[in-house]
Amino acid sequence: MLKDITLGQYFPDDTVVHRLDPRTKLVLTLVFIAALFVARGIVSYALMLAALVCCIAASRVGARALLKSIRPIIAVIAVTAALNVFFTRGTPIVRLWAITITREGLIGAAYMVTRLVMLISGTFLLTYTTSPISLTDGIESLLAPLKRIKLPVHEFAMMMSIALRFIPTLIEETDKIMSAQKARGADFETGSLIRRARALLPILIPLFISAFRRADELATAMESRCYHGGEGRTRMKKLAMSPGDYISLVCGAALALAVVLTNMAAP
Amino acid sequence: MPVVYSAQRGAADAVLRAEGLVFSYKPREGELPPRVLDGVDLSVWRGQLVAVLGHNGSGKSTLARHFNALLAPVCGRVLVDGMDTSDEKLTLDIRRHVGMVFQNPDNQIVASVVEEDVAFAPENLGYPSDEIRARVDGALRTVGMYEYAKHAPHLLSGGQKQRVAIAGVLAMEPKCVVFDEPTAMLDPRGRESVVNIIRSLCDDLGVTVVLITHHMEEAILADRIVVMSEGRVVMDGRPREIFTQPDALQGYGLGVPETVSLLRGLREDGFDVPLGALTADECADAIMTAVGGAVLSGCENGDVAD
Amino acid sequence: MAPVIKTEKITHIYSAGTVFEHTALSDVSFEALRGEYIGIIGHTGSGKSTFIQTLNGLIRPTSGTVFFDGTDIRQSKERTRDIRFKVGLVFQYPEYQLFEETVFNDIAFGPKNMGLNAHEVAERVREAAGFVGLREDDLEKSPFELSGGLRRRAAIAGVIAMRPEVLIADEPTAGLDPAGSSEIIANIGAYRRSTGATIIIVTHSMEEIAQNADRVTVFDGGRIVMDAPPAAAFSRSDELSAMGLGVPAATAIANRLRARGLPIAGGIITADGLRAALRELRRGAGSA
Repeated sequence: MLKDITLGQYFPDDTVVHRLDPRTKLVLTLVFIAALFVARGIVSYALMLAALVCCIAASRVGARALLKSIRPIIAVIAVTAALNVFFTRGTPIVRLWAITITREGLIGAAYMVTRLVMLISGTFLLTYTTSPISLTDGIESLLAPLKRIKLPVHEFAMMMSIALRFIPTLIEETDKIMSAQKARGADFETGSLIRRARALLPILIPLFISAFRRADELATAMESRCYHGGEGRTRMKKLAMSPGDYISLVCGAALALAVVLTNMAAP
Repeated sequence: MPVVYSAQRGAADAVLRAEGLVFSYKPREGELPPRVLDGVDLSVWRGQLVAVLGHNGSGKSTLARHFNALLAPVCGRVLVDGMDTSDEKLTLDIRRHVGMVFQNPDNQIVASVVEEDVAFAPENLGYPSDEIRARVDGALRTVGMYEYAKHAPHLLSGGQKQRVAIAGVLAMEPKCVVFDEPTAMLDPRGRESVVNIIRSLCDDLGVTVVLITHHMEEAILADRIVVMSEGRVVMDGRPREIFTQPDALQGYGLGVPETVSLLRGLREDGFDVPLGALTADECADAIMTAVGGAVLSGCENGDVAD
Repeated sequence: MAPVIKTEKITHIYSAGTVFEHTALSDVSFEALRGEYIGIIGHTGSGKSTFIQTLNGLIRPTSGTVFFDGTDIRQSKERTRDIRFKVGLVFQYPEYQLFEETVFNDIAFGPKNMGLNAHEVAERVREAAGFVGLREDDLEKSPFELSGGLRRRAAIAGVIAMRPEVLIADEPTAGLDPAGSSEIIANIGAYRRSTGATIIIVTHSMEEIAQNADRVTVFDGGRIVMDAPPAAAFSRSDELSAMGLGVPAATAIANRLRARGLPIAGGIITADGLRAALRELRRGAGSA
C-alpha cells in the first residue's frame, strides 16, 4: 500500500547532531561534499571517513538505516565501479580475453565507491537528523541575503513547507481514489503500457481537482489567519546558534583544511 | 419577522453588523449575476452565540466570509467592531478580531507540526517569539490539545484536527470567531468535543461566536438562531422561538430537532404538550407533565381493581 | 435462506511486522441475507471501513474467508474481479472521485469495465440516473456543474449502474443538509425495492437506522460487538454509550420517561413508536 512508504526521512531523536542548528548542518554538509570532491589520497579519505563515522555514531541513526538509503542507487555505484575497473589504463594485474584489470583501475574504483557512499550517507544524515520544517527554515535563513536582489526566498520556503505538510494527505487521498475506482472495476495491472497509462486518468484527474480545491481552501484559510507574505512576519522558534554550533563549524573548517593540506602533501 | 434584541441594544454593542448587504459572484458572459446575498441586515451582539441555519446554497457561508473580509459587499456594508470591511487598510485588523474556522480540517492546517500551525497567525501578525510561545501554549490548553503540541497533524483524528484549527484562531486572541460548518466532516465524538469547545469559548472566554451549521441539535445550544434562505435572513430569534415553527423551517428546507417533531406528533394525538422542549430531558419533563399524571394514577387505579 | 454474503473469522492487520502494525479486524464473522437492510455503526477506527472493503475484495484479509453466494470470492482471479460488480461499494464523499467530462460517461465507467456493449451501457446509465433522480439534461453536463447533493447522487449512480446485488455505502449522507440526506436515503431505498438488493450502510445517524434498517451491526475495536434488530440493539443504550455511540432521540426520551416512572415498554426507536406507546398508555388510563 502507498501508505507504507516512509516519506518523511526524519528520525526524531534528541542527540547532539539533532540539536545542532539546521544552518550549521546545511553548511557542514556542503563543506563535506566539497571536501569529498577535492580529497585525494588515502590520508584525506581516512580523515573524511573518520569524521563521517563520528557524526553517524553521535546521531544514533544507525548504519543500517543509512545503508538502506544507499540501496536504490546500488546499480549506479556498481556501474561506476565497473567502468573504473575495466577502463583505467595502468599496470595490468589480471588479463581475461579482451579484458584487462589494472591496479590503478581497482584503486580508482575503490576511491569512487567510497566517495559515493560517503556522499550519500552524508546527505542522508542531514535529512535523517533534521525535521523538514527546520530544514526549510535553515534554507530560508541561509538564502536570506538573496531577498535583497528581490528573489522570493520566503515564498519558496513557504511552498516547500506546505508541500511537506500535504504529501501525506495527498498520498492518503490517492489511495482512497484508487480504491474507489477499483470498486467500479478499474484495472491498473493488466494490458499494454498505453492502456495502463490511460487507466491512470481516473486517478489523476480527481487527484488534481482535489489538489486544486485544497490549495484554494488553504489559501483562504491562510489569508483569514492574517497571512500577507513574509513582510513583518516573525517566528515562534528563532534559529539560534549555540556554542556547540560554533564548535562544529570550527571542526568542519579544520577538516576541510586538513584535507587540503594532505592533498598538497600527497604526490 | 421579529428582529430580536435590537431594541435593547445600541449599535456600539454590535461586534458584527451587516447593513443592506448584497453580494454576487462575477457572472458568466450574458448571464445576470445571481444574488448570493440579497439584502442582509444583521447585527451580532457581544458575547452571543449565534447559529446561522440554512439549506445548501442559502448564502450562509458567503455571509460568513464577509465577516472576515475574505469577500467584500457589492452593495451595502459590513462592519466589524465598527471597521468597514471594504477598507483594505483595515483588513489585517479585522481578521485579527474575527477568526474563522472552516469545514475541512485538513485544508486549513498549514504546518506539519501542531504547535507550528497554531503559531502561524501570531507569526503573521509579527509578535515577538516569547509572546507567540505563550499564546500557542494557552490556545492549545484551551482546546485540550496541549499534549499533542509536537504531533504531526495528519495523524490526528478529524475532531482533533479541528481543535488544532480552533487553537490556531484563538492564538490571535480574537473577539469573535466565525465557524463555517465546523462539524460537517466529523464523527459524533469529534462533533461533541468541538461543540463543547465552541460553547465554552462563549461562556468562559466571552468570545462572540457565529456558528454556521445545518445540524439542528447544535443550533439548540445557541443563544440565538438566524435562518437564511435565498440570500436573506428569514427568521431570527431564540432557539425556542425558532423551533416552535416547524412548518416555516420545513418551508426553508430545514428540519427540526427530533424532540420537536415528536412533540408535534403528540399534539396531533391530542396530548397537551408544548413544542418548545428542545433537549431530551426537557422533552421527557414536558411529556410527564402532560400525560404522566393521568397515566400513573390510571395505572394505580388499575392495580387496585386487580 | 442462504446468506448472499458471509465472512468467516476474518482478521486484518495493517503493516504487519513493522512499528506501525495495527490490527483493524479480528475474527469477524458476519452474514447478510438477500434483500436485508443492515446498518453498521462504530466510531472512527473501529474497523468498519476496513470491513466493508473486505466484502468486495478490495482488501484481502490477513486471514479468514469472504463468501459470496456460498463460494470464496478469492476462488479465481476472474471471480475476484466479478465480485466488484456484484458487491457495489460507495466510498465516503464519492463525488470527489468523479473524473469524466460528462455525468453520463462517469456513470458509464463501471458498466464499461464490465465489458457491456454501448447499448447496454446506455441502458444501465439511464436506469441508474433514474434511481437517483438525475434528469436527462443533467447527464450531458460536466459533473462539476452539478450542486453538491446532486454530484453525490451522480457518484452513487456510478455504482448502482453495475446493478450490484449488494450495495454498500460508507456514510452516504455525510456533510449534506437534511433535505439532501433524506433524498439519498430515499434513492437507496428505491434501488432496494425495485431490485431486491441487500443494502449495507455505514452511518452515524441512529435515526436513519431506526427508520430503515432490519439489523444493526456494531463495531468496536475491530470486532462485531452487537448484531441485532435495531430495537434490541438500541435497548442496550448503556453499552452503546460506553462505546461513544448514541441511541435515537425517541429511545433516549423513552428511557427518561421510564426513569420518571412511566410504564413504557422497551424497544422504542422511532417517534411514531413512542407516540403509539403513549396513546396506548392513555387508553389504558382512560379505561381504568
